[in-house]
Amino acid sequence: MQNLKDWETVIGLEIHAQIISKSKLFSGASTNFGSEPNTQVSLVDAAMPGMLPVINKDCVEQAIKTGLGLNAQINKRSVFDRKNYFYPDLPQGYQISQFTQPIIGEGSIEIDLKDGSSKKIGITRLHLEQDAGKSIHDLEPNKSYIDLNRSGVALMEIVSEPDIRSAEEAQEYVKKLRSILRYIGTCDGNMEEGSLRCDVNISVRKKGEELGTRSEIKNVNSIKSIGQAVDYEFKRQTEIINSGGKIDQETRLFDEKKGETRAMRTKEEAHDYRYFPDPDLPPLEIKDDWINQIKKKLPELPDVKKEKLIKEHKISSYEAAILVSDKNNVEFFDKIINENKKRNPKNIANWIIGDLFSLLNKNNLEIKNSPVKAEDLGGLIDLIEDSTISGKIAKNVFEEMFKTKKKAKDIIEKKGLKQITSTDEIENIIDKVLNNNKDKVEEYKSGKEKLFGYFVGQVMQETKGTANPGIVNEILKKKLAN
Amino acid sequence: MDIDKKLVKKIATLSKVKIEETEVERISKDLSKIITWVEKLNEVDTKDVTPVANPSDIKIPFREDEINDGKIEDKILKNAPEKKAGYFVVPKVVE
Amino acid sequence: MDLKNISLEECLKLLKKKKISSKELTAFYLKEAEANKDLNAYISLNSDNAIKSAEESDKRISTNTSRPLEGIPIAIKDLFCTKDISTTAASKMLNDFKPTYESTVTQNLWDAGAILLGKTNLDEFAMGSSNETSFFGASINPWSKDNKKYVPGGSSGGSAAAVSGNIAIAATGTDTGGSIRQPASYCGIVGLKPTYGRCSRWGIVSFASSLDQAGPMTKTVNDAALMLDVMAGYDKKDSTSANLEKTNFYKNLKNNKKLRIGIPKQYKNDQLNDEIIKLWDLGIEYFKKNNCEIVEIDLPHTEYALATYYIISSAEASSNLARYDGIRYGLRNNSENINDLYEQTRSDGFGEEVKRRIMIGTYVLSAGYYDAYYLKAQKVRSKIINDFKKAFEKVDIIFTPTAPSDAFEEGSKIDDPIQMYLNDVFTVPVSLAGLPAISIPMGLSSNDLPLGFQIIGKSFDEDSVLSAAKIIEENANFKKEVG
Repeated sequence: MQNLKDWETVIGLEIHAQIISKSKLFSGASTNFGSEPNTQVSLVDAAMPGMLPVINKDCVEQAIKTGLGLNAQINKRSVFDRKNYFYPDLPQGYQISQFTQPIIGEGSIEIDLKDGSSKKIGITRLHLEQDAGKSIHDLEPNKSYIDLNRSGVALMEIVSEPDIRSAEEAQEYVKKLRSILRYIGTCDGNMEEGSLRCDVNISVRKKGEELGTRSEIKNVNSIKSIGQAVDYEFKRQTEIINSGGKIDQETRLFDEKKGETRAMRTKEEAHDYRYFPDPDLPPLEIKDDWINQIKKKLPELPDVKKEKLIKEHKISSYEAAILVSDKNNVEFFDKIINENKKRNPKNIANWIIGDLFSLLNKNNLEIKNSPVKAEDLGGLIDLIEDSTISGKIAKNVFEEMFKTKKKAKDIIEKKGLKQITSTDEIENIIDKVLNNNKDKVEEYKSGKEKLFGYFVGQVMQETKGTANPGIVNEILKKKLAN
Repeated sequence: MDIDKKLVKKIATLSKVKIEETEVERISKDLSKIITWVEKLNEVDTKDVTPVANPSDIKIPFREDEINDGKIEDKILKNAPEKKAGYFVVPKVVE
Repeated sequence: MDLKNISLEECLKLLKKKKISSKELTAFYLKEAEANKDLNAYISLNSDNAIKSAEESDKRISTNTSRPLEGIPIAIKDLFCTKDISTTAASKMLNDFKPTYESTVTQNLWDAGAILLGKTNLDEFAMGSSNETSFFGASINPWSKDNKKYVPGGSSGGSAAAVSGNIAIAATGTDTGGSIRQPASYCGIVGLKPTYGRCSRWGIVSFASSLDQAGPMTKTVNDAALMLDVMAGYDKKDSTSANLEKTNFYKNLKNNKKLRIGIPKQYKNDQLNDEIIKLWDLGIEYFKKNNCEIVEIDLPHTEYALATYYIISSAEASSNLARYDGIRYGLRNNSENINDLYEQTRSDGFGEEVKRRIMIGTYVLSAGYYDAYYLKAQKVRSKIINDFKKAFEKVDIIFTPTAPSDAFEEGSKIDDPIQMYLNDVFTVPVSLAGLPAISIPMGLSSNDLPLGFQIIGKSFDEDSVLSAAKIIEENANFKKEVG
């Protein structure tokens, strides 16, 4: 086998993002997920004879917002085209999409990589289109059942330039895109429910050479799968070429269970979508006024927020990047700091990224469903800062909070975990410990200074860890010096 | 342009219209004649002409994002040749 | 009282004066329709419901709460979806289709008090110029004679035959390339294609979306205006519907409007026979007599309109008819395999002409041919639109024959699609430009068949079209002599 280091992957991603809207792109039926079959279908969505599309203004606005979030060109005039093909869950026999003149043109996003570097990934275009219905194949052995509830739901197809070179970059690109969509509220980014779907175009080449033939991998619907699919394809394609073979330009399916891609059953006919401008819809015209209004309403984007976090709160770029990767993280952070400006931002960030994330991950939870609410974590941090508890005890308290949803104060009170800071009280305990260990005191005084730790441990045991360690050290040193 | 038999079959496949082998020849002649006839357009100089998709200069109207349709599954399914449990039913589709 | 040769306008007066009841009128026309079944003008009659509606109209008339078309029974082309009433598009594909909704245009008519008499025959999916592509067999021109069957024209042939044969007071049609005007000419009635966008297309089975337009088919110009006032109007469910003020065509009608009349020199070609040219000149005299100015105009791309039209309309049709797949409504020929189901359903459900156009449309849109055919046609369409724009800088209306001939015999052209398409040579350019145009009967051919002439107006200037038609109507004094 040749050295794989000479090879590189060239990846472009096509993301289908379901637009957040109440009603469909061209009809007034609801977009709700999981309703009874065919209950969210209008005559238009079922393509009854003589039915005509009328566009949803909010969906257009969502696309413009997204375009602004991607630093992209907003096209003042775009055109809806029909993409013609037959499929049982495509009632019109065509999908209304945008082909030659999309609503959004070129843009870019910046991704952060593990090695601390960042990279700009180009966006080729974003266009509006309708989703298809759903075919269900497992209700009866020889039949498929068709539900048109999703038929006509608004999607944005976001196409990247082939700027992506590795699984990590592909994953970071999707994460970043998803975070932008969530920030501006145009797509919920939920990959499990199919609100965000990903097709991966991938080819390999020897560095510096011409582009290779690409495969299009469909159905790559989690961040993990994106990584697996890219790695699998890289291996598959380089192996074929190295053994003298040729890559076919084909569409492949990603098999989540096996972590592999496989060729789709080849269709007898090549697809010929016969795109042409939809004569039922005049061109989509967008005035500058409208764009400017949307700009004013646009929420802060992750990159801007990140800079702010670094500048205002002096937290590291690494921590800031993690916080802004999800709008909910930042909201959690902001809530804690805004409640009490005296709180140390760096500590807050550490608690969120460290203890909170680790417990959330362990329990497979998202931050918005965290059992420990922002104000409760804020309360815990306050108790550390005013020395009510030590940092070490705080970690146990936090775990308890996570488990029981109780407030830090209540747990500390109930379990008597309040830190002992009274020098008199600590002195009494130390005296007791030293009295009980006279032999060890002698040993210490004769030079076995290692025993200092032992005494500290005894004090802590005596106080269940609630004695202020600084004061314990200080008094103990004094006493043992006598 | 001559629409040969192979092309006729391809067009029929794309159109989802079944044609019998015995008809291919006739359809090929039929379509070729019409296509040759419309090729008269090649005489027209259309350099720098903007294509027109619709004669009206009506601006696209926008709908507010309101749910005011749906929940008419009885109407949606009323004319269906085969339906079950609220679904349209078709022969098994293999992906 | 002669209810047979009565106009819509006269009916309204008689109803208002309570000289007749809507029930009597409706029953009379239902009876006449039954008695003239050989015309094959109707695909279905609305016998029971029509009488019920007429009784309701009579109540309104008696309580002075009449609406603009109160109690008038009319025929509807079977391309308009009518709620719970079979809507076939004259296709086997939709033979059993009962829409759960009502088209905007027909709803407008019912809201104005009109009564559905029945659904009229047409070329399948409105594709044809002779009515012969109908799954239910061709409708027959009431002017047929000598034991010969003449076509009523198409695609709105059933509506034209019904009005001409006095089995409807008025009817609706749709016009994509001449489907209102050409049958109106062949049957000796008035047929008005409004400006694209004037009438909502919502609920009308689509043929070619950028061309389809509904309009009235009537006995007189006044009737056309009365009908259009009700049919027209903005519809927010149709994105190509024009948002304009409420029309008042009937009130604005004049018979002495001074107009500049354009005569396109390209329309006087060799194929046009002398009798049509003579009648044309006669029409020009009528306008002159009315102090109208006659201006020769240039429409240089006329000869390319038909080819342009067939590319564009077929392309749009191939896509518009993709929804007939045997899954949600309409015919299904079952199979174990979805692809076979599609192919068998569509082969069986569509007739020859429809399949031909679907295939032509599929071809001109397919990869490798799109630029040469579809895109080219879109560009030529732009030039044709421009021709009209330039012409209308100099004139108010354009006056031409509606069709290059009178009605032809059934079966004489059906095997030659191109010969059939040539019937639309004068109507198609107008359709491509989306302009309003009327066909008005002028006289008879040497074969004693009607000949109509076309009056074309500027976008949304139906007022001038109707007023010019009024001049011809009053001078030509065309009388229907059959039936």
